[in-house]
Amino acid sequence: MKQSLYTIGSNVCVADKTWRMRLLGDTTELCRGGQFVDVAIAGRFLRRPIAATCWDEKGFDMIYKVVGAGTDEMSAMQPDTVLDVLTGLGNGFDSTLTRKAALVVCGGVGASPAFTLVKDLRAEGKEVTVVLGFNRECEVVLENEYRALGAQVVIATMDGSRGVKGLVTDAISAVKPQYDHFYTCGPKVMMKSVCETLEGQGEASLEERMGCGCGICYGCTCHTTKGPKRICTDGPVFSKEDIIW
Amino acid sequence: MVNTEVNLCGVRLKNPVVPASGTFGFGVEMAGCYDLNVLGGISLKGTTRDARFGNECPRIAETPSGMINSVGLQNPGIQAFVEQKLPMARKCFSGALIANISGFSVDEYVECCAKADAAPETDIIEVNISCPNVHGGGLAFGTSAKAAAEVTAAVKAVCRKPVFIKLSPNVTDITEIARACQDAGADGLTLINTILGMRIDIKRRKPVLANKYGGFSGQAVFPVALRMVNQVAHTCSIPIMGCGGVASAEDVIEMMMAGATAVQVGAENLRNPFVCKEITEKLPTVMESLGIESLTDIIGIV
Repeated sequence: MKQSLYTIGSNVCVADKTWRMRLLGDTTELCRGGQFVDVAIAGRFLRRPIAATCWDEKGFDMIYKVVGAGTDEMSAMQPDTVLDVLTGLGNGFDSTLTRKAALVVCGGVGASPAFTLVKDLRAEGKEVTVVLGFNRECEVVLENEYRALGAQVVIATMDGSRGVKGLVTDAISAVKPQYDHFYTCGPKVMMKSVCETLEGQGEASLEERMGCGCGICYGCTCHTTKGPKRICTDGPVFSKEDIIW
Repeated sequence: MVNTEVNLCGVRLKNPVVPASGTFGFGVEMAGCYDLNVLGGISLKGTTRDARFGNECPRIAETPSGMINSVGLQNPGIQAFVEQKLPMARKCFSGALIANISGFSVDEYVECCAKADAAPETDIIEVNISCPNVHGGGLAFGTSAKAAAEVTAAVKAVCRKPVFIKLSPNVTDITEIARACQDAGADGLTLINTILGMRIDIKRRKPVLANKYGGFSGQAVFPVALRMVNQVAHTCSIPIMGCGGVASAEDVIEMMMAGATAVQVGAENLRNPFVCKEITEKLPTVMESLGIESLTDIIGIV
């Protein structure tokens, strides 16, 4: 974990209530896709934990959904604003668990934390099918970016306005992708369904209201088959068999 | 050179800054972030006889200038605490280690305090009779002068190390409870624990916390904590660890002027994990600017 100041490079709306912010500064603590950062917002007591989408030596990008007053204020922030951010939080996904082909199933802005995972999987020469589920077409994010990584991308929308009509599990049944390991990130009900439906080994990225984001307050603990675990520090990524839904 | 050293019942602290129980894990979690030896002491996460998961999530809610938690004493149990957590904390910290103990019965308090007292790493025992997040225990002892005195006397009978009783602000008259603890033999007092509060999600029409109510802390509670520390300081003669909404070196000095010998920093650690280190760095400069040579000179001057 590292605390540093970052300058907003850009902050743009990329889908319905969904924004992409680029923050310029130290990225040495970011090492695995699925890790998150904790953003301090002036006037708000607690930081906002948000997944890092991707990064380079100059800065990182994060895609976030406006879900409350804090993220609403974030969406109004202008370039050159300076933010205090904790980086390198959480364990992240493990790309090495995939031998040849991975299935990545995301819901909504859950598409964001898996992006660097897919980038790494592709760099390791593995085949990747990415299934992205949304309520409607206006929410679709990262589709082109995932295609640019060479992943096979399948879109599902609840209202059928894009791609397969229905749930991500409907899209998976329709496409029948080949994989030896799966990863999932999105709403809890979706991940539960994915973990209960899909065969084989998998990892899911959990989410909870957090206090500190760095393992000292025990505010985000979940039940696992290996006992209580802090989502912020022991997770947010857990093996399918460890999670008690 | 200013003198930041304080003395808590014979335990020397290089400065009065102590991360409060429940906001700094078991110490070891922060050891990779900075050298913990800049701190005066660490109050470790509250421990009970048996391991506890605590309450279901969500157990954190934000408020203006503060937060509410309903963690509910998640801990690995006293045995794992003395065998694993205390030695791990001692490895990364040479200052005062404070074992924070909770219970659901006088017997449980006695058993846990005796084990914590016997552990060589423990410097001070802090008895939490004020946790608002567990049912039928904790707070029940902290809201009755008779029960608080009973726990204090029972614990004191089995401890050789200094015993601080951590008091609840959720009472009509905190000085009555404080005096009862002092009369029952407490070596010191920690106050205040969190204030019982709640938030409601108006879209879902349900409490934000799964446990409905939780403990309110953060900068918003500082004036309440300060007032209670001051009232108790004027009523009791035993040392006080002041706690509640402390976020800066100036707050530490204000809390000491109100009557605290040491000062615990709680919720602020959650928004800024480095705040205790920053306070210890800034304290000498603030002292100089205020003409304070030794912190012990300002304890309870108001």
